[in-house]
Amino acid sequence: MSMRLAVFAALAALIALSILSLFVGVISRTDLSWELLWVSRAPRVLAVLITGSALAVSGALMQMLVRNRFVEPMTVGTGQGAALGILLVVLFAPEAPVLAKMGLSALCALGTSLGFLAIVRHLPPTQPLLVPLVGLVYGGIIGAGVTFVAYQADLLQFIDIWMSGEFSGVLQGRYELLWLAAGVAALTYLAADQFSIVGMGRVASINLGLNYAQVVLLGLVAVSVVTALTVVTVGMIPFVGLVVPNIISRLFGDNLRATLPLTALFGAALVLICDILGRLLRYPFEIPVGTVFGVVGTVIFLWLLYAPARHAR
Amino acid sequence: MHARRLGGLSLILLVCAALYMTLGARGGWDFILPFRGAKLAALILVAVAVATATVLFQTITYNQILTPSIMGFDALYILVLTLAVYVLGGQTVARLPQMSQFLLTSTLLLGASLLLFGTLLAQRRQDLMRMILTGVIFGVLFRSLTSFLQRMIDPNEYSVIQVSSYARFSRMETELLGIAALLTIAALAATWAMRHRLDVLALGREAAINLGEHPKRGMLQALVVISVLVSVSTALVGPVAFLGLLVVSLARLITPTARHAVLLPSAALVSAITLVGGQTLLERVFALSTPLSVIVDLVGGAVFLILLLRGSGR
Repeated sequence: MSMRLAVFAALAALIALSILSLFVGVISRTDLSWELLWVSRAPRVLAVLITGSALAVSGALMQMLVRNRFVEPMTVGTGQGAALGILLVVLFAPEAPVLAKMGLSALCALGTSLGFLAIVRHLPPTQPLLVPLVGLVYGGIIGAGVTFVAYQADLLQFIDIWMSGEFSGVLQGRYELLWLAAGVAALTYLAADQFSIVGMGRVASINLGLNYAQVVLLGLVAVSVVTALTVVTVGMIPFVGLVVPNIISRLFGDNLRATLPLTALFGAALVLICDILGRLLRYPFEIPVGTVFGVVGTVIFLWLLYAPARHAR
Repeated sequence: MHARRLGGLSLILLVCAALYMTLGARGGWDFILPFRGAKLAALILVAVAVATATVLFQTITYNQILTPSIMGFDALYILVLTLAVYVLGGQTVARLPQMSQFLLTSTLLLGASLLLFGTLLAQRRQDLMRMILTGVIFGVLFRSLTSFLQRMIDPNEYSVIQVSSYARFSRMETELLGIAALLTIAALAATWAMRHRLDVLALGREAAINLGEHPKRGMLQALVVISVLVSVSTALVGPVAFLGLLVVSLARLITPTARHAVLLPSAALVSAITLVGGQTLLERVFALSTPLSVIVDLVGGAVFLILLLRGSGR
C-alpha cells in the first residue's frame, strides 16, 4: 500500500468512525438533540481524536529520543511523573489555577523522563530489550511512590482518575486543555527531520551539524507537555504510544516527516475504536478506554515482540 | 556457618513475632492473643509461600531475577478467579466449599501457567530479556482482562473477587487460614522432599540429565507446587509484585549457597521477618496508613532495577 493511499484510507476511516461515535450512547438516535451533540458527544469525539493522535506522536518521538522501539511515555515514567506532579499540586497548592497545575505536572514529567534517559545512557547497547524492561520497572517505582503519598494523604480515589484513562467525563468546558496538547504535537512536526536524525544516534547527529542536546531536550519537553495534559484531562492510556508508531514504522519506515501524520491518524482511529467498543460492549454501561486498550495494546505488543520484522519499504 | 546464620534469622523472627503480638496492646489478652495470633499465622504462611515459590521458580528457570509474580502468576490467579465467577456465577463459586474453591482455582491456574510458561520456558534458545518482558506484558494483559471482566460482572458477585484483587496485610482472610495452612504445608513438604533434586536441576538441563534427573518432570512438579503456593498467598493477601524477589535476593546475600536445603529455609525466614517486622514497624511504631505492600514494592522494585543493571553490565 502506498503511503498516500494509506493516509487517505486512514482519514476516510477516521471520519466514518467519528460520525459513528457521535451516535453511540445511552440516549437513542431519535431523541438526539443538537445540544447533546454539542455539549457531550462532539467534545468526546474531539478529545479521543486529540488524545489518540498526540499520544501516538509523542510515543514516536520518545522512541527516536531513546533510540529504542519498545518505549513510550506512559510506561517509562513520564506519565507517572505527571501524576506525581498533579498530586503535589493538590497536596500543597489546591487553589492553584488549572494551568499552573498542568505546568508543574509537565515539569515533574520532564524530570522523570530526564531521569529515565540518564539511566538508559548507562545500559549496554547490545541488550535492546533491557531498555523497556528497566523503563517499566522505573515507571512502576514512581507509580508506587505516587500510591504511597496518595495513601498517606487519603487521595487514593483521586489518583485513580489520572491512573486510568477514560473519556466518559469529557464535556464541553472540561477538555479544552487538550487543544494545547494537539498544538504541541502539531508543532513537533516542524522539527520532524531533526528528530529523525536524533534517532540515528549522537555521533551521527553531531556529524550532520545538529545541536544534539538541544533537540533531545526539546523533544522531551514536547513529550512531557503532551503526556501531562493527557493525564490531567483524561488519565493514563498506556500502549497507544507504543503500538501505533511500531506498526507504522514496520510498514512505512522511520522518516518522521513522512510517517508522523499517518502515526497521528492511526493513533486517533485506534483509540476511537477502543472507545466505541468500550461504550458498546456493556451497553448501557461503559468500560474505560484504558482497560480496553490495555487488552488490545498488550496483544499487539506481544505480536510485535515475537513476529519477525519484515523490512520497511 | 549457614547453620549459625539460620539460627540468627530464627531468633530475629521470634523477636519480631513477639513484638507484633505484644506491642501497643490494649485490652484483654484473651482477645488480643487469638486476634493477633491469626494475623501472625497468616503473615508467616504468606511469607513462606511466596519465598518458596520464588526459589522454585528461579531454580527451574535457571535465573535469579525471575519470580512468579514478575512473570504475571498472581495476576493470572485473579484472572482465573474472575473467569470462574463470570462463567459459573458468584453465588456458585462462593457456595463451593473452600477446599474445592482452592483446588478449582489452583488446577485452572496450573493449566493456564503450563500452557503459557511451559511453552515459554521450554524454548531451547532462551532470550532472557524477551522472556521477562513477555512476562511483564502478560501481567498487564491479565490485569486488563481482569478489570475488563470485572466490569461485566454483576456488582453483587464482584465482592467474591474483590478481596483477592488488592494486596493488603492488615486485613487478611483469616477464615481461609486452616485450608491455606494445610495446602502450604503439603506444598512445603513436597518441596523439601525434592530439595536435593532441585540442587541437581539448578545445574542446568544437560548436567541434570547427565546426573540422571528428568528436567521436564522436575519442572512440571515444581510448577504444580508453585501454582498451589501462589493460589494460597494471593487468596490470603492479594498480589505482591516484588516481595519474592526482594527476600530471595536478600537470602542469597545472607546465606550464599546453591544448596536448597539451606536456601529454602533461609528465604522463608527472611521473608517472614520482612513481613512480620515490617508490619510491626508500620502498624505499631510509625502508625502509617500506607499498606506494607506498597513499601515492599517500592524497595523490591529498586532491588530489581539494580539486579538488572548489574546483571547486564557483566
